[in-house]
Amino acid sequence: MLENIIAAVGVTAGVGFVCGILLSLASRFMAVKEDRRVGSIRECLPGANCGACGYTGCDGYAKALVEEGAKTNLCVPGASFVAEKVAAILGVEAEAVQNLTAFVHCNGTADAAAEKAVYEGVKSCKAASLLFGGQKACVYACLGFGDCASVCPTRAINVANGVAKVSPALCIGCGLCEKACPKHIISLIPRESRVAVVCSNRENGATVRKECTKGCIACRKCEKICPTNAITVQNNLSHVDREKCVRCGKCAEVCPVRCIADFGE
Amino acid sequence: METVKNLIFILMSSVLVNNYVLSRFLGICPFLGVSKKLPQAAGMGVSVIFVMFLATLATYPLQHFVLARFGLEYLQTIVFILVIAALVQFVEMLLKKYIPSLHKNLGVYLPLITTNCAVLGVTINNITDGYTFPEAVVSSLGCGLGFLLAMVLFSGVRERIENCDAPECFKGLPVTLVAASIVSLAFFGFTGLAENLFA
Repeated sequence: MLENIIAAVGVTAGVGFVCGILLSLASRFMAVKEDRRVGSIRECLPGANCGACGYTGCDGYAKALVEEGAKTNLCVPGASFVAEKVAAILGVEAEAVQNLTAFVHCNGTADAAAEKAVYEGVKSCKAASLLFGGQKACVYACLGFGDCASVCPTRAINVANGVAKVSPALCIGCGLCEKACPKHIISLIPRESRVAVVCSNRENGATVRKECTKGCIACRKCEKICPTNAITVQNNLSHVDREKCVRCGKCAEVCPVRCIADFGE
Repeated sequence: METVKNLIFILMSSVLVNNYVLSRFLGICPFLGVSKKLPQAAGMGVSVIFVMFLATLATYPLQHFVLARFGLEYLQTIVFILVIAALVQFVEMLLKKYIPSLHKNLGVYLPLITTNCAVLGVTINNITDGYTFPEAVVSSLGCGLGFLLAMVLFSGVRERIENCDAPECFKGLPVTLVAASIVSLAFFGFTGLAENLFA
């Protein structure tokens, strides 16, 4: 009886022991060296896996930083805070990071933008824009089906009254909405900017008036009042040069159709 | 000649007639869990073939030279689980070190197979069916192939289920289980095939 028990325990323990030795030897001799910095960098990164850096998620970026010498300022959500930490781990100089936020360049709300057709297809901007550029008369208009909102990792985009709006407080500046928008009317602007043009229509003034009451009519009033020539009208549409803008807000005051947003001081 | 015939018979019967998933109902967990997409299902299937083959190579001698010698056949289950788990871990390390590309493709599935009952089932059935060593190896390959076949077939079925408009209470796993049972019924059509292969 006792012999049976001893034999059973002995054999099982022996097999386990051999397996254990084999595995520990294997882990000793066949260990793949992973750079420790990858792990510590990964801990610094925000972990949103937004892909704004251009790599496959935070793990991919951490690996690229160590192995391929990727730039340290690519993490948009983490901003300078993360860039400094990462640079410290890698022992390189931290590069300046621009703190960006997404902005929808359209204010064609249901009451302002005329509709040329009633769209009853798939509720997606991409699908709608394939049909004669969408249901709104203005082909540059936000279609309001929220393709941008559905890709936003932080739910910072709301579609209200037919137009998408980004809430800067929630926006991490990853730029996924910029890529998702079939109309290309979302762009990333520096967080500290004071004004932004809320229209993308490049038609002449008369056409714009027929399509939308809030569109840029290229009257050039903003251009004339700007003290630093930061705002210019190109292709019938106002553009703000962020380098020259002194954040006075005069262009927003003078715009007759109120298509320049003033975020205030 | 007889032996070759016998090996082909074992191979065919383990792939089609006694398919581990669809006839013996072993390895249902990965069958339902990883069959959502074809590439993953195929990856899992190939990994299972690999592990079943290695597990048979390791457990068959263990049974005959260690367990049988001490009269401890009743410890089969526990010792086999131990050996298979260690083996899979070892293989994973080996692949990670020497064939990183293969590890990248199979890597995620290997730990899943560690405690796969189909692998344990194959090794134990090889012993209880009284196979010789070559027969056991062929049988393990056949069972792995059968698993791969079931995974690939079912992933095709799954992709169609995803697009169908099932009643609310059937959506998800229930309709998948019903589909699995129908696929399993279809495999009953193979009954008697292997026996009459050389008739």
